[in-house]
Amino acid sequence: MSDTVLYAVFPYLAILVAVGGGVYRYRANRFSYSTLSSQLLENRRLFWGSVPWHYGIVVVLLAHLVGFLIPGLWANLTSNPGTLYTVELIGFTFGLAALVGLCVLIFRRFTTERILSVTSPMDGVLLLALLVQVALGFYVSLAYRWGADWYVDTAVPWLISLVSLNPQTHFVSSLPLPVRLHMLNGFVVIALFPFSRLVHLIMFPFWYLWRPYQLQIRNTVRPAAGGAGH
Amino acid sequence: MDIRAQVSMVFHLDKCIGCHTCSIACKNIWTDRKGTEYMYWNNVETKPGTGYPTRWEDQNHYKGGWVVDGKREKRLRLRLQGKWGTLGNIFYNPNLPQLDDYFEPWTYDYQNLFTAPLTEKQPTARAISMVTGKYMDTIEAGPNWDDDLGGSQVYANNDPNFDGASEEEMRQINEINSTVFFYLPRICNHCLNPGCVAACPQGALYKRGEDGVVLVSQERCRAWRMCVSGCPYKKTYFNWSTGKAEKCILCYPRLESGQPPACFHSCVGRIRYIGLVLYDADLIEETAKAPQDQLVMAQRNIIKDPFDPAVIASARANGVPDSKIDAAQKSPVYQFVKKFGIALPLHPEFRTLPMLFYVPPLGPVLAKVENGVYDNVASEARLGPLMSSLDRSRIPLRYMASLLSGGNEEIIRDVYRKMVAVRVYMRSKKVKDIPAEEVERALQLGKTTPAEVEAIWRLTSMPTFEERFVVPPMERETAVDSLFPVLDPVSRNYPIRKGAVGVGFHTDPARGP
Repeated sequence: MSDTVLYAVFPYLAILVAVGGGVYRYRANRFSYSTLSSQLLENRRLFWGSVPWHYGIVVVLLAHLVGFLIPGLWANLTSNPGTLYTVELIGFTFGLAALVGLCVLIFRRFTTERILSVTSPMDGVLLLALLVQVALGFYVSLAYRWGADWYVDTAVPWLISLVSLNPQTHFVSSLPLPVRLHMLNGFVVIALFPFSRLVHLIMFPFWYLWRPYQLQIRNTVRPAAGGAGH
Repeated sequence: MDIRAQVSMVFHLDKCIGCHTCSIACKNIWTDRKGTEYMYWNNVETKPGTGYPTRWEDQNHYKGGWVVDGKREKRLRLRLQGKWGTLGNIFYNPNLPQLDDYFEPWTYDYQNLFTAPLTEKQPTARAISMVTGKYMDTIEAGPNWDDDLGGSQVYANNDPNFDGASEEEMRQINEINSTVFFYLPRICNHCLNPGCVAACPQGALYKRGEDGVVLVSQERCRAWRMCVSGCPYKKTYFNWSTGKAEKCILCYPRLESGQPPACFHSCVGRIRYIGLVLYDADLIEETAKAPQDQLVMAQRNIIKDPFDPAVIASARANGVPDSKIDAAQKSPVYQFVKKFGIALPLHPEFRTLPMLFYVPPLGPVLAKVENGVYDNVASEARLGPLMSSLDRSRIPLRYMASLLSGGNEEIIRDVYRKMVAVRVYMRSKKVKDIPAEEVERALQLGKTTPAEVEAIWRLTSMPTFEERFVVPPMERETAVDSLFPVLDPVSRNYPIRKGAVGVGFHTDPARGP
């Protein structure tokens, strides 16, 4: 019963809150969409925190996503021990980077006076949720080896069952507690998205690569004599 | 030809008295909010001096502006990084100035003066940081820490424009046991090739099409912080409280109603001129790529004659209204920059094509004390010392060239000779103590004519308010467009850009959760 609530109902709620809340916040208060960078106030610790954290978590998240998007190919790849070791090693390295970076960021945020003055309660909640999530993930990868392999047979079918609107909790129910907590907390983090600075995640400006350097914009839309408006 | 209108400025440094009225006018209107206390959209620096933020001119350190390089063909690139570099450095900008490069803003615990218990000693008002709210024991820097050089030669000697200066030049600067200085008021240059706009990966910064004012869309800014590094003049600031970049908006609400910006209006020395120029946007890249010693000439060339029928036709085709073309014809900036050629861009070698020009300071009198004797103009033929002292000037030509002409001393010499010609000619008219042939020689050296000299003198000394500030209000028919602009396709209620900058917020511009 509780499995149904936690692994069949809650994920949908979390996604609903994230998407609905995100869209609402974008429309109602776009000004608040910001990374809220504090680099101006503190520089050195940020480097040792932000860089390993972001690069680490981006690679780890991409690995989760690839396993979910192409499970067949992924399973094929990880059935080769050589590839499996490599994938595990890469995941382990970047996971460790993310964990260390996050710890530095948390330490920085709560021990630097200038940073404390721009810290909201939500920052604390978010950092705690992220710490739990990354620590659990790291622990799982250590305690239950070859996650790159069994991930495809446990979490992926569950996620696919969620996406296909036919939630199957039996994929989850027999898993060890740390794995189940990792899954649950993942959706907690997703639910926090519209209420925190996490919103900066979907703002990553890829289109800069295609944009011309200079940007000119006219307020008055009517050109006087048929010239170009922009 | 692609003619556009650009609002452009001239600061006449000989007239600046360093009173900071401009800075205060700006601060009281725009940057008295939380997170903006350290920002000075308008500041006045003492030169030679280290400036604000400290040594902002040192681009080996701050990496602002553009460089031209490339193996096969010359290419213009941001000194900061390429586009991939921007995305790669987005989690940590290695070239962001720190708050301590500016200063930590503070206030005082005034309440203590009233509430302190009765003691033998006077109560004090201790400094409190406006960032942390904690007491500050030692204040180490402030917005004008080296004002008037702060009683020390340290600031002047650390001026980046003196990097590589000879001992003789340093001796000149430190002569008479006191350093010579002048004031350099700075606002955003509203460049034609802005580094901040190019560096912003989000596209939050843009150049306004109607008049070229460079603005930050507060709704679009996501605090990637690259604009702060991309601007070589360090005139884009980061609001640490709201998490948004902010910069000088040239008081555009005032411009739109035909008034000069507050710093211009309040200027006590009347050193500031504002007007429109018409420029050829097709030449921007070519101009920004010009060899360093020719950047000033290239920049003069990009500004086109507002009386030329072809220029007017192209401007009209681009939607420049007649009121703006008319204003460009009356522009004091066009006079100083193109006709007289005595106003120069600040650090053109940053290649952003700044649209704020400076008339270099000549100094009060070109006389000095030598071996304890005051060597004034009366000691020999008047013109001789006036002219010869250019090369022995207490502010070395090379220093001014480093500041205003990309190192080209010839341009500085030409400007100074013309300004000396104005001085000699007007003295011969008013005081009548200079022989005619010396006036003639000064005019020749200055490559000028009595008519031009009178025009320069009039626009320098006697301009009316309407002659200094030629800003046409926004035309009624397009003002309607900007009041009721196209709806944002997403929100269906926000205008796409209008109302997204500084004024006109629909919601309280508060920091996000």
